[in-house]
Parts: sequence; C-alpha cells; structure tokens
Amino acid sequence: MSNTQKAAAPARETIALDPRRVAQDFPILKQKIHNGKRLVYLDSGATSQKPFTVIDAMNEYYHVSNANVHRGLHVLAERATEIYECARTRMHFFINAYLPGEIVWTKNATEAMNLVAHGYARKFLKAGDEVIVSRMEHHANLVPWHLLAKDKGVVVKGIELNADGTLRLEELDAFLKGGKVKIVALTHVSNVLGTINPIAEIAKKVHDAGAIFVVDGCQAVPHLPVNVQTLGADFYAFSAHKMLGPTGLGVLWGRMSLLEKMDPFLGGGEMIEEVTISSSTYKEPPGRFEAGTPPIAETAGMTAAVEYLMKTGMANIRAHEKELVSYTLERLKSVKHLKVFGPANPEIRAGVFAFEFEDIHAHDVAQILDGEGVAVRAGHHCAQPLHEWLGSPSTARASAYLYTAKEDIDALVKALETVRKKFA
Amino acid sequence: MQDAHNEEKNLDQLYRDVLFEHYRRPHHKGELAGAEIVTKGNNPVCGDKVTVYGKLDAQGERLEEVGFDGKGCAICIASSSMMTETMRGKTLAEASAASDKFKAMMRNEAAFEVPPEVPDLEALEGVKKFPVRVKCATLAWTTLKNGILAYQAGKTGGETVEACETNTEKE
Ligand SMILES: Cc1ncc(COP(=O)(O)O)c(C=O)c1O
Repeated sequence: MSNTQKAAAPARETIALDPRRVAQDFPILKQKIHNGKRLVYLDSGATSQKPFTVIDAMNEYYHVSNANVHRGLHVLAERATEIYECARTRMHFFINAYLPGEIVWTKNATEAMNLVAHGYARKFLKAGDEVIVSRMEHHANLVPWHLLAKDKGVVVKGIELNADGTLRLEELDAFLKGGKVKIVALTHVSNVLGTINPIAEIAKKVHDAGAIFVVDGCQAVPHLPVNVQTLGADFYAFSAHKMLGPTGLGVLWGRMSLLEKMDPFLGGGEMIEEVTISSSTYKEPPGRFEAGTPPIAETAGMTAAVEYLMKTGMANIRAHEKELVSYTLERLKSVKHLKVFGPANPEIRAGVFAFEFEDIHAHDVAQILDGEGVAVRAGHHCAQPLHEWLGSPSTARASAYLYTAKEDIDALVKALETVRKKFA
Repeated sequence: MQDAHNEEKNLDQLYRDVLFEHYRRPHHKGELAGAEIVTKGNNPVCGDKVTVYGKLDAQGERLEEVGFDGKGCAICIASSSMMTETMRGKTLAEASAASDKFKAMMRNEAAFEVPPEVPDLEALEGVKKFPVRVKCATLAWTTLKNGILAYQAGKTGGETVEACETNTEKE
C-alpha cells in the first residue's frame, strides 16, 4: 500500500476526474434549496460533504458491530476493536507513516495540535525558548502556543508574508540563526489564501537548526498526496471531517521516537498500564494518548473515506483542483471591484478563494450568495492575524473539493454579479 | 424541511429598500465633537465595529444628539443609523429602556412595535428570521446602553466599553 503512495508522485499521469459524477456519490448534494435552486456547496474548507459509503459504514457499525474497544472478549468487542485498529492501519498507509502506532486518534486537528503543545512542548521547552509560527496560521496553530507562552515563558514569533501570500522564508532563516528556536509550527496549506507551503524544504532548514517541525495538515491531506516520510516533518495534524470523514475524529501523526518521549495529555481509562491508588503507569503510544472511550463509529467512517480517496486517487484530486484554481481565478477576474487574495500561481495554490468587494461587507455577500443557492463562508475563518494583514476584519471564502465542478464556479460568479447589482 | 418559498421571501425582507437607504446614507454618521458619551462596540465574530456618541443637555439627563461611526455590514450600519433617530431627545433612562426593548424585539422576546417617530425601524423586523444577523442589528443599541451605564457610573467622556454582544448576554 505504501507503494501506492509513492506511485502518486507528481510526475505520474493523472486521470481526469468528472466532478459531476463524483457528486452523485454525495447524497446531500442532490437536494434542492431555496425554492428549487441547486445547492452549490463551496464551503468544503470548513467541512467536506460525505459520500454515502462513509455514512453507510457508520450506520453499519451501529447495526452490527457496536461495542466498546479493547475491553471485552465477546464477539462485538472484537469487531469494534478490529474496526478501530484497522482504521489506524489504513490511515498509516494513506499518509505513508512508518508505523500504524504513529497514528494517534484525537477529536480533531485542534486537539492534535494541543496534544503536541501539551505532551511534548510543555515537557521539553523552557523559558526563553522560541516557537516559530506564521502570519497565515489558523487559531488552532496559534492559541496552543500562546497558552504555553503564558505558562512557561516560551516566546512565540511569527514569519510574515510576501505580497503574494507566500511565507518570507528568509525570516525563518533569521529566526533559526538566533539559536533559540525549539519548535517551528506551520500550516501546510493556508485555509484562507490557499498557499501551499514548501514543507519538505522547510523541514530541512528546521532540522539543520536542531528544532522540531510541527505541521498543520488540515487543508492539505484532503487535497494533495501527502507522504509524511518525504515531507520530513516531525508532527502532522489533521481532521477527518475535512477529508470526507465524520466530525469528532482527528489525527496526530508523530515520529515514534518523539511520541515515546511525550507525556499524556488526558488521563483515564484505556491509556494506562497499571494503576494503584496513588500512581499509574501509561501505555506505549498511541494508546497513551487515547484516554477514555474513543470515537469508534467515526473510525469506521474514516476507513470508508480513505478508501474513497485512494480509489479516486489523490493525484487525480489534486490535478482536478489545480485546473479549477486556474479556471476560478480567471473567472473571478471578470467580477468588477472584487479583490481575490492569495497566490496567482496554481502550482502553489489549493482550491481556496477568499475575496472581498471594496464596499460590501462579507456577511452581506455571503447572505445574498446563500439566497442564490451558493454556500460560502464569511468571517475571519479563525485567522485573525492574517485578516489584520489583509486589512479587513472579514472576507468571504469559497472552497472547492473533488465534487466541485466548473458549473459551480460559474454559479458563484453569477451570484456575485447579483450581489453587485443589489448593492450598486 | 423549511418552506422553500418562504425562505426566498425572507431574503427580500432582510434587505429592504429602506434598509439600503440607511446603509448608503446613514444618519448622524461621523464623530460627534463634545459628546459626553463615547463608547465602542465590537462584534468580533463578524468584524462589525462601531463607536456610538451621545451629547447631553445642560442637566446631563437627556440625549440632545446621538451619532455613530464605524464599519460593518448593511444590517449593522442601517440599524445604527435608525438607532440615532430613535434615541435623540430621550432621557438616559428612556434610552436604556429603548435599547432593551429593541433587543427583546429582535430576539422575539417582545412584540415588534415600531415607534411612530421612526417608521423606518419596521425594515429591521425581517432580520429576526436570520438569527445570525440579529447581533449585527443590535450592536449599536447595546453599545449606547453600555455607554449610558458607564456615564452613570461616573466614567465620563472618552471612556470606552467593549459592547460585544456575547459579553452583554452574560450580564
Ligand atoms: C488550517 C486549519 N487548521 C486547523 C483547523 C482546525 O480544524 P478542526 O476545527 O477540525 O480542529 C482548520 C479548520 O478549520 C484549518 O483550516
């Protein structure tokens, strides 16, 4: 299976994906809204829709396999445990982790980032040590470090951006030269600008400086072939719900050598080896980090999601979205007074489009688009420092996925014209 | 399932012509020099930001002039504009009560009544059907009330109170 991942290298020819056919697999996309309008779902950056195979897998879990994991000798307990552990193995193949045990199930990416901050950084960093983030981070990759800064006197510094929305890597070099950096924590793909950061290149710099590299992969794993071995980061976090899977489940991948050194985050059942009245010892990773009854049906859904993505081919999904990026940027140019943020080069951009009309508030834009059947998100998208840089407290954002067709982009452009007319 | 047809009608109810009028040409917008009440309101979720001004009569009891400044969505700006119309000439107690009443109306906790002196207020009734937008409409009203409270507590001109709706809810 890990061969499948390697074979998905960029040079390989891709198979054109038909998004309208893909959409047939997603029951929610078939409905009509607002007086018979087709639902144009352009909010996959917030959460993706789910194919029926994912919904069915979770349904089936409750129909035939429901039990607690690792706790019983009966047939259902065995089935549930197998589903839970098989999902881990699947996930390890999907991102080409070295070992299944390097996949830690969490509630979401946010919890995964907090687990690194709490279990690793809190233990090994001390006052004056530096954590480097960037201007484009989601709050999930900022606030955990702020909490650490408050408690331990760790210093958090940020890499600024070039005008095109890419990282100013020379600033990272300068920070690393200072000799105090212990952790660099960056997003793989920006959830607002769509920028794809050069993770492998950055990993080398970070390691040369003797620091640990934590990557927020939330907007990358669903859209690009991700191979943690070639990317070379040390921790990699993402959420199931953005990659066709259910809510309530996330992943922290970490190198086993690091996971083994980490302290638990939550204590309780499942994560222990031996407990007495006054002390306890903990399991090896990943069990050490999975206290309490975990999401189990969700892992069944996750397996189905990973199967769907692998069957479709991550390289094919990326090729489809890259083409959509070119198409969308071109089409949006035709809308007067519309400013689109992020890199213009599709090679370094994912299918995320934050935009703004000069004089119309993002909420008004999103509301009128909704009236036209087009679902986008408006707000700061949990990236306030980035919006400070953009110079507006909120933007509207359209985000695409494998079921997004050019017709959907056309519908967006048409609806944006309606907004302009209403506010003219 | 919602009645699709009704939803469509609602969007037109939300963006009424009168509302657009107030959004394009808001009343009493801009800094009000010499105001005793100056208070900031912030709706961090959507990024609406307003400053509300109140200038009092010689006795310090009645709002002689009310103004606002800031940036926000159409609902926020139009509602701020109507707020200045509603509050002008009211005593501080009346203005506080009017702020409470407006909030209750927008949250469906009181019947929607349009004061005869500000008939345009009727245009905001449609906002009620869009719960996420209600805070955009109530921001300036809550902000003024917070400003009045600060003033009455002896905090004079220039004092700012964060009137984020979510804070106010916890009062
Ligand atoms: C880049 C990025 N990081 C982190 C997150 C947080 O994901 P979750 O809310 O699933 O933990 C998101 C999703 O909103 C995101 O886009």
